[in-house]
Amino acid sequence: MQTTSLHTTIQTETGKPVSRRDALKTIWAALGGMVALEFTGLALAYMQPRLAQGEFGSVMSVGAVENFPNNSVTHIPNGRFYLVRLADGGFLAVYQRCTHLGCSVPWDQSQGMFVCPCHNSQFSPDGQVLNPPAPRPLDLFPITITDGMIEVDTGVSITRETAHLAQVVYP
Amino acid sequence: MSEQDQIVDTPAQTFLGRIWQALGPTGLPSDDRGRMRMVVDNLVLHLHPTKVPTRTLSWTYTWGLGGLTSLLAVILVLTGIFLQMNYTPSPSQAYLDILSLRTNTWFGDLLRNLHHWSANLLVVTAFLHLLRVFFTGGHRAPRATNWIVGVLMLLLVLAANFTGYLLPWDQLAYWAITVGTSIINYVPIVGGFLNRLLLGGPEVGAPTLLNFYSLHISFIPVTMVMLMSLHFWRVRKDGGLTVPRRAKESEPPKIERVTTIPHLVRRELVFAVAWIAILLAWSMLVPAPLEGIANPDLSPNPAKAPWYFLGLQELLLHFHPLVAAVIIPGLALGALLLLPFYDIQISSVGVYFRSLRGRFLSLLALGTALLITPAWVLLDEYLLDWSAWLASWPSLISNGLVPLAVVVLGLVALDELVKRGLRATQEERILFIFVFLVTALVVLTAIGIFFRGPGMSLYWPWDIPTTHLSL
Ligand code: HEM
Ligand code: FES
Repeated sequence: MQTTSLHTTIQTETGKPVSRRDALKTIWAALGGMVALEFTGLALAYMQPRLAQGEFGSVMSVGAVENFPNNSVTHIPNGRFYLVRLADGGFLAVYQRCTHLGCSVPWDQSQGMFVCPCHNSQFSPDGQVLNPPAPRPLDLFPITITDGMIEVDTGVSITRETAHLAQVVYP
Repeated sequence: MSEQDQIVDTPAQTFLGRIWQALGPTGLPSDDRGRMRMVVDNLVLHLHPTKVPTRTLSWTYTWGLGGLTSLLAVILVLTGIFLQMNYTPSPSQAYLDILSLRTNTWFGDLLRNLHHWSANLLVVTAFLHLLRVFFTGGHRAPRATNWIVGVLMLLLVLAANFTGYLLPWDQLAYWAITVGTSIINYVPIVGGFLNRLLLGGPEVGAPTLLNFYSLHISFIPVTMVMLMSLHFWRVRKDGGLTVPRRAKESEPPKIERVTTIPHLVRRELVFAVAWIAILLAWSMLVPAPLEGIANPDLSPNPAKAPWYFLGLQELLLHFHPLVAAVIIPGLALGALLLLPFYDIQISSVGVYFRSLRGRFLSLLALGTALLITPAWVLLDEYLLDWSAWLASWPSLISNGLVPLAVVVLGLVALDELVKRGLRATQEERILFIFVFLVTALVVLTAIGIFFRGPGMSLYWPWDIPTTHLSL
C-alpha cells in the first residue's frame, strides 16, 4: 500500500489498511457516542430520588420496644408504614403502599387485616395476600433494634414474593 | 411579469407607510398569481401548497381533524403560558395556587378550564384523526414516515396530558398518577427502576411534581413543536393529502386544483373561529374538576387512572399484569407503527373504508366487538376463574397467557370467517381486525369510566355511590 503525506494508512491486525479519514470518522463516532452517554447519565442522575433527612426515605426512630404491645398494629404516618408486633413479640415494618397499583392501605381493626380501598386487596397483619389482585405481600422496611430502641430505614423497601418468619425482627 | 411587479411594491411615501409595508403584504392580491405568491411569501401560509385539489377541501373527507388538533395545540401553548405565571410546582403551594387562580385571578378560572378541556379534546381529536387517516388509506406509501411521526405525536399527546394531570395536586391528580405510574412497575426487570426514576422517589411526592412540571412545560411541548413541523412538511413532501375518491370510481380522478387563498385558508379560519367559540362557551359553562388537596394517606375508592388509560386499567383487572400492561400494549403499538408496511394496497387510497364491502365489514366488526367485548368482561368478572381452574400453574400462565391465547385464537377464527365466508381481501381483513380492536378499546375505556365503582366492581353508572367524590 502506498502512502502519501496526506493519506497516512495504519496497518491493522487483520492486515487491512485504515485510512486517516476512516480513523478520524471512528474517533468522531466514539466521541459522539460518549457525549450521548454522558447526557443520558446526567439525565438519569438528575431524575434520581432526592431525599430529605428525618422524613420518609431516611432512617427513622419510632420509640422503645415496650411501647408496642404484642398483637398490635401502629400506623407511623410520616414514615408511611405500620409497625406490626406479632403475637410472639416479633416486629415488622410494613410499607402502607399496596403492591397492586400503589394505593395507601388502611388497617381495619375490626376485621384484623389491611383492606385496600382501590381494588379490594386484603392482607394479613404480616402483609400476606389474603385476597388478590395484589400480586405479592406488602413490602417491608428493614428494622434495627439497639438498646430497646427501634429504628426503621424507610429508604429501601424490601419486596418479597412470600412472607416468612426470617423477615421478622426480634428484640 | 406584470403580476410579479405588483408584489414587489415601490417604497411607500410616508414613515408609517414604510413601517406598515415592512410588516407584510399590503392588501389582498386580486388575481390567482398574486394569491399563490402570497402563500409562498408568508411564513405561516407557506406550510400550504399554493394550490390544493378541490376534492380534498371536502369537510366529510378530513373532518378538519388535523387542523382542529393543531388549533388545540396552539390554544394549549397560549393558555399554558398564563397558567405557568400563576403556579408553583411544590406540594405545599400548587393546590393553593390553583384555588387562588380560580378565585383571585382575572379570568383565571376560564383560562384553566380552557386549558383543561382543550387538552382532553386533543386526545380525542388526535385519535379520531388517526382513524380518519387509516380509513382513507393515508398511511400507505409514500406516507409511511408521516404515519410513524403521527403515532409518536399521539404518544406525546398522552404524555403531555398525563404529566399535566398531576399539577393541580388534588386527590384526583395524586391518585390517578399513583395508579397510572404503578402500571410501569409491572414491566419486567426495569419496571421498578423506571418508576422510581419518573417519580424521583418511591412514591408520588415533591420530586415527582417537579419532574412532571419540567417535562410538561419544556421537553414535551418543544418535542411536539418539532414533530408537528416535521409532520406538516411531510404532508407536502408526500404530494399533499390523499385525494378522496368514491368507492365506484375505478380510475383515480383527474385532479382539479384551486388556489389555497381563498379556498383553503377561508375554510380554516371559519373552522378555527367556530371551534374557539365552542371551546370558550364550554369552558364558561363547565368547570374543570378539582377535588380536595392531595392526601397521601387516604386513597379514594375507587382510584382510577386518567380516563384515557382506563382501557389499560380494565385489562389489568382481567389479565396477569405482564400481559395486560406490557404484552398487549406492546403488540398493539408495534402493529400500529408497522401498519404502513403490511397494509400496502395503494389502489384504494382515498376511498373511505377501502370499498363498498369494506364498509359492510367495518360495520360488522363494529357490531361484533360491541357484543363480544362487554360479554367477555361480564364472563370474566362472574364466571371465568382461570387462576382457580388452573391452580397448579403460575398465575402468569393461568391468568395471563392462557386467556391471551383464547383471545388471539378468537381473533384468528373471526378472521378466517371473514376470509372464507365473505371472501374479504387482505386489506379488508386488516380493516376488519382494526375496527374490531379499536371498538374493543373504546368499549373497555367506557366500561372503566362509567361502569366501575368502589372496589372496581361493576355498577350501573347511575348506581355508583358518589361518596368518593366529596372534598
Ligand atoms: C398533535 C397531533 C397531530 C397534528 C397536530 C396533526 C396535524 C395534521 C394535519 C393538519 C394534517 C392535514 C390533513 C388533515 O387535517 O387531516 C395531517 C395529515 C396527516 N396526519 Fe396528522 N396530526 C397529528 C397526529 C397524527 C396521528 C396520531 C397520525 C397517525 C398515526 C397522523 C398521521 C397523518 C397522516 C398520514 C397525514 C396525511 C393524510 C393524508 O394524506 O390523507 N397524524 N395531520
Ligand atoms: S391498589 Fe390496592 S388493590 Fe389495587
